Amino acid sequence: MVTALKINGKTHQVDLPDDVPLLWVLRDEVGLTGTKFGCGVASCGACTVHIDGEAVRSCQVALSDVWGDVTTIEGLGTPDAMAAIQQAWVDNQVAQCGYCQSGQIMQAAALLAENPVPTDTDIDDAMQGNLCRCGTYPRIRAAIHDAAAKLKEA
Amino acid sequence: MASIGKILRRTFLIGSAAVVGGVAFGAYYVTRPPANPLKPQEGETALSPFVMIDQEGITLFAPRAEMGQGVMTTWAALIAEELDVELDDIRVLHGPAAAAYYNSALVGEGLPNKGYDVTDFQHNLGEALGVLGRTLSLQITGGSTSMKDGFERMRLAGASARETLKQAAADQLGVDREQLKTAKGAVIAPDGTQIPYTELAAAAGQIEAIEAPLRDPSKWRLLGQSQLRLDMAGKSTGTAEFGIDVRPEGLKFASVRMNPKLGGDMKGFDASAAEAMQGVEKIVDLETGVAVIASNTWLAIQAVEAIDVDWGDAPYPPETEGIFAEIAKALDTEPNSTMRDDGDVSVLPEGATEITAEYTVPYLAHATMEPMNATALFTGSKLDLWCGNQAPTLIQMRVANVANLDTEAVEIHTTYLGGGFGRRGELDFGEIATKVAMAMPGVPVQTTWSREEDMRHDFYRPGAIARMRGAVKDGQAVLIDGKVAAQSSTQQAMERYTGFPGGGPDKVLVEGFFNQPYAIPNYRMSGHIAPLDIPVGFWRSVGNSHNGFFHETFMDEMAHAAGQDPLEFRLALAKSEHAPSAGCLAAVKEMSGWTGQTPDGVGRGVALTYSFGTPVAQVIEVVDEDGSIRISKAWIACDMGLALDPATVEAQMIGGMIYGLSAAVQGEITFADGEVEQYNFPDYDGLRMHNTPLTEVRILETNKHMGGAGEPGTPPSMPALGNALFDLTGERARTLPLNRQFDLLI
Repeated sequence: MVTALKINGKTHQVDLPDDVPLLWVLRDEVGLTGTKFGCGVASCGACTVHIDGEAVRSCQVALSDVWGDVTTIEGLGTPDAMAAIQQAWVDNQVAQCGYCQSGQIMQAAALLAENPVPTDTDIDDAMQGNLCRCGTYPRIRAAIHDAAAKLKEA
Repeated sequence: MASIGKILRRTFLIGSAAVVGGVAFGAYYVTRPPANPLKPQEGETALSPFVMIDQEGITLFAPRAEMGQGVMTTWAALIAEELDVELDDIRVLHGPAAAAYYNSALVGEGLPNKGYDVTDFQHNLGEALGVLGRTLSLQITGGSTSMKDGFERMRLAGASARETLKQAAADQLGVDREQLKTAKGAVIAPDGTQIPYTELAAAAGQIEAIEAPLRDPSKWRLLGQSQLRLDMAGKSTGTAEFGIDVRPEGLKFASVRMNPKLGGDMKGFDASAAEAMQGVEKIVDLETGVAVIASNTWLAIQAVEAIDVDWGDAPYPPETEGIFAEIAKALDTEPNSTMRDDGDVSVLPEGATEITAEYTVPYLAHATMEPMNATALFTGSKLDLWCGNQAPTLIQMRVANVANLDTEAVEIHTTYLGGGFGRRGELDFGEIATKVAMAMPGVPVQTTWSREEDMRHDFYRPGAIARMRGAVKDGQAVLIDGKVAAQSSTQQAMERYTGFPGGGPDKVLVEGFFNQPYAIPNYRMSGHIAPLDIPVGFWRSVGNSHNGFFHETFMDEMAHAAGQDPLEFRLALAKSEHAPSAGCLAAVKEMSGWTGQTPDGVGRGVALTYSFGTPVAQVIEVVDEDGSIRISKAWIACDMGLALDPATVEAQMIGGMIYGLSAAVQGEITFADGEVEQYNFPDYDGLRMHNTPLTEVRILETNKHMGGAGEPGTPPSMPALGNALFDLTGERARTLPLNRQFDLLI
């Protein structure tokens, strides 16, 4: 069955069974591989995308349940035109292996949209669903504070 | 072309080769230069290039795998330092799998000392793989060796390239080479005219490479300074390509299920339900498991899980308790090694107080964020394999064998690694993906493991038991006598790679145990191998990961028995034995404001482990928050002699510590009915944002030898936490993970 999805501002017609999770629609059908597979059970956050601006685990949203416009890491910004949060990631040299960082950035972007000046406790609460086995948490925290400061100036 | 005589001076030789429209600089190795991985045109000379310059620009090749440790950037900086180019102006590629990229440092340091020399190793590996007599081909990223390995070679290649380009400019301008300068990718003539390297490349390819001395470190402009990592923009925008992201045209997606009773056989299976599922294109019988090829990874995972399989039993005791009973038994057998036996531990010094303790640590999974995967395209006469891996030449030989092809017919495409930690030095994912793709010739197939499959089919950090005995007298340690028992990862890995069992003393089993920098007069450390067939492998810091906990928890127990402050006790013993280690202890003492006293509700612990040439001391602070214990702060001091990129070293120290603390708090692989009981992150979690300590790092540079950075941060974290919990609660932590004994915030 064909389902229409709006992803990063562009409409895609997807011919897959209704129960295929959004994660696998993005990665294997649409070809947007920036969103990562980590666990498949919503326990690591690597697959985080936005639906109508809300951070969701795309491994848990069936194709037929996608309720709004999808934004992935590719839609947030590109290497030539990064979003402020992505630039903060570069400025703070956050990534090590980098595999979890798309999800971390999407989660952080949703946090800043809702709470422009998060405290450390706010960051703990918002980010603890996102696992990083390299242990980049101190720099993620610094990058979120940095992006918050830059967005406030802007 | 340099003469063959120079090869005798060192094991490699810097040289150059003309390539289409340009020139490549690199190294020839040992006495028989292997084939050029860049496939130069006929008549051109074989060499392993580290830098290539043509009209298009400057390309550097980083032959080590980038798994997060920053190696790609630092290797590029080594070349750029001598070549006088900016990191912004160059392109860096992972070098293709090439015999000539063998890791010289790993061969030098990774082998046990006695009875097991390099010749035997080469012989075993060569014979098993049908390449007897050829140069050992090791291109491995591991053992925290990358900087030691590349430090000289990369800079020499850069210096040779610079001087040869200058010579080409000198010939063109009719001046002496000495009159020319270089900066920002160009040769500068006496009149200030700049000639870009790209315009000189073709001419430079026609003249003999010039060997040039290395610059004095005082002249360095990149090395020793933190560089912006070259992989950072890609990793912040979702555009960095991992193995799981490769998308060759016409790609199909597969998933796999192997026997969860590890090493057991497959008696049969019924795939009728799976065959009827949507998107399924093919069921593949792997003999010891099954795979499904489908139009989408998720559909493949659903289908492979719907196959009804009759699995054979595992070749080891089915329950954790029985496994550890076997490990304990090994403690009473003849030791495999006694690599330190100073003084006489059989006699208790007069007037000394004896203490004993036994410690146990569990099996551990690597749990890389990117599940195991590889993508293969098999055409019958050629095989392409895309994957993140830590050992491309070994994987190339293995999959060539699987596909019944010459290694030359196999091309390995190494992508970024979504975590390695030792797991991607194994060959299983490449082998399985090759077998799956061979079921659909001409079609590229990506085989991805579910997280559950990944967690339950690892090569685990072995569970281990240590039995320690020590003695203190007049506030001093006078005797330490330890035994550690575990499976041998080294012997098992040798057998996996070569088909022949490894033998001789296993140094890896006792690293972090026998070689700790303390002046204790009676000091004996033995390793005992437990003969079990659970798949085990190399987990970040390897033997140090358990031995650091054993040794440093026992040092704390000895300090307590001696009535001494645990930091001062260690400092006194390290001072006369190894000054850099003592320096690390003194640094964390100062950084943490260590007084030996902590307020109620706060505990502090210290530990020091010398591993991979680098001593690392850590102080960890824990706080009781209404019955829940938070790891609140950490201080780390390390001394690897020379920190080529301090920001990267800091990241590795913190990351290494968090990896260790994650295991110490809740990491545990257990067995029931022969199967691993942990399936996914809810059963095997790591530290997260809210329970990671605030951490401060100090990098010292007094060590005379260059040490590693990727692993040494891991071992001291576990005992430092256990010792802090003792300080807080008065209860000694002798078994990991600690959440079984303490109410830690998770």
